[in-house]
Amino acid sequence: MADGIAKARTGIDGFDELTLGGLPRGRPSLVCGSAGCGKTLFASTFLINGARDEGEPGIFVTFEERPVDIVDNVASLGFGLDDLIRQKLIHIEHIAIDPAELAEVGDYDLEALFLRLELAVDEIGAKRIVLDTIESLFSAFQNPAILRAEIRRLFDWLKEKGLTAVITGERGDGSLTRQGLEEYVSDCVILLDHRVSNQVSTRRLRIVKYRGTAHGTNEYPFLIGEDGFSVLPVSSLGLGHQVHDDRISTGIPDLDAMLKGGGFHRGSSVLLSGVAGSGKSSIGASFAAATCARGEKALYFSFEESEQQTVRNMRSIGIDLQPYIDSGLLVCVAARPTFYSLEMHLAVMLRQVQRVQPQLVVLDPISAFLDSGEEMEVQSMLLRMIDYLKAHGITGIFTHLAHVQGEVKTDAGLSSLMDAWILLLNRESNGEFNRELYILKARGTEHSNQVREFVMSDAGISLREPYLGENGALTGSARRFEEARLRRDEASRRAEVERLQEKVAQRRRRTQAQIEALQAELKADEIELNSIVDQEVAHRQQSDIDAMDMAASRRAGGE
Amino acid sequence: MSEERQMDQATSPMKLTLYVAGQTPKSVAAIRNLEQICAEHMPGRYEVEVVDLRQNPQLAREHNIVAIPTLVRSLPVPVQKIIGDLSDQEKVLVHLKVEG
Repeated sequence: MADGIAKARTGIDGFDELTLGGLPRGRPSLVCGSAGCGKTLFASTFLINGARDEGEPGIFVTFEERPVDIVDNVASLGFGLDDLIRQKLIHIEHIAIDPAELAEVGDYDLEALFLRLELAVDEIGAKRIVLDTIESLFSAFQNPAILRAEIRRLFDWLKEKGLTAVITGERGDGSLTRQGLEEYVSDCVILLDHRVSNQVSTRRLRIVKYRGTAHGTNEYPFLIGEDGFSVLPVSSLGLGHQVHDDRISTGIPDLDAMLKGGGFHRGSSVLLSGVAGSGKSSIGASFAAATCARGEKALYFSFEESEQQTVRNMRSIGIDLQPYIDSGLLVCVAARPTFYSLEMHLAVMLRQVQRVQPQLVVLDPISAFLDSGEEMEVQSMLLRMIDYLKAHGITGIFTHLAHVQGEVKTDAGLSSLMDAWILLLNRESNGEFNRELYILKARGTEHSNQVREFVMSDAGISLREPYLGENGALTGSARRFEEARLRRDEASRRAEVERLQEKVAQRRRRTQAQIEALQAELKADEIELNSIVDQEVAHRQQSDIDAMDMAASRRAGGE
Repeated sequence: MSEERQMDQATSPMKLTLYVAGQTPKSVAAIRNLEQICAEHMPGRYEVEVVDLRQNPQLAREHNIVAIPTLVRSLPVPVQKIIGDLSDQEKVLVHLKVEG
């Protein structure tokens, strides 16, 4: 979108994006806020980045702080202000006014101030200038009419010189600045706010006015960290995320097998929810390890455990994260949620993501935030995180501690933000807890809807198919019991069959024996019969012989 | 006269520097007023230097001048600064701590 106003980049993270280019070039911008909210740092960063990165030398006009203090204040940010001063890219002009030694008699103006500024600007060819804070003039000089006229003249002079100026002002009651500087600065007004709620401080920036530019009118959280001033990156206005077709492994082969295609889509957001001890962090770590094994970078945010604790715990299930940490593929960041505000957490995390540029990010557990923030805020923060990750094609793994077992409705409607949801349950039965895993949803992927028994051993994580019987799916020792019972039944049926077989065989043998016995009897009878017949034949023969003998003997004797 | 000479010996001359910017009406008025005050109230007991910051702007930085005109009394100490066209003589004298 072409924009008519020329802009000067501030180099402040997120701010240039927010304003579509930076501050209006050649015009004065007002940065106001209460004490300690970061005005001077904003102005310093603007100036230093201009000198260092944009080739625009700058003047820092300070009315209250001494130059040496300013240099010291930004020294910890590594800006190298000293060098820039030496190279004549930045000049600090100290307008020291001590009201005690000043007496006013008659009419005056602030021409000497103009002369000094002119000199400073010409000396280094400055294009940028910071005035911090002009309101000090009001406490030094007693004549407000003169002052206002001179300030008006000053702003005209700044515009004439084409300087991009940042004017700082202290917040007033009921007005943006105490002395009403906003009258003079009409091009761009930025308000910095610093609030404390629930004992946690949050900083917010709002663009009150930016003439000629469509700007976001919301409050944007910002961070003053070790890198200085940075505004939270604005998430994309639309849902134009990158979409990836390729799959990434979870590091658990059995789990990959449950998904058609063998793993989750790259760039998707995965929710792992379950009660304490159900194995969420282990799966999260497994994802990270698998990512590193592919040579890609992973970023692990832990909100409850230290890095060493995580490494040790994962080692017990056969996942060694230490080599990846040593080689820099895995970066662990641990911080308690109550350590800073939600926005700060988000800003820190997004900063880390930008720096490390990982392909996978794990947040373990996100439920830790629900204790420190309101539901809506947490959801909003997570949404921004997910948005950012998706926009950059980074896969996000989010573990969530459910306080009540099996609560399918998660807090803050988180599940609707996620592409995939793995639910881990602890099932109690017969005096023991067994872990179960369900894939409740996986957008864009056909997946098994069957429960798996989730087993962690020192060989790693494996999923066992459950025993499916009439009583439903059984896992753990119930499964083993049922399987054993089946085996026993099988064995006893087989034994029964064998027994019957043996019985039949026995009867056959017995019958066979009976037949043989009868046959033997028969044979014996035949032998006897033969013997009687033989005897009879023999007897008859003998009888016949005897009869003949008798007949013979009778004949011989009778004549 | 003897009083003044006594004063001469007792107090060293007042060192005054008037910072102006070119020939602006206020600058010119200040110069004129200062000359008058000095002539009337402290003849012979002053040293006045007029510095045109338009010509030497770096002196504004060195001596920390913001308003024009500025009159600086460097001697006697403590240093006193008066800004304005010095149109009110009485006030000037009071601030310079001159017995009028």
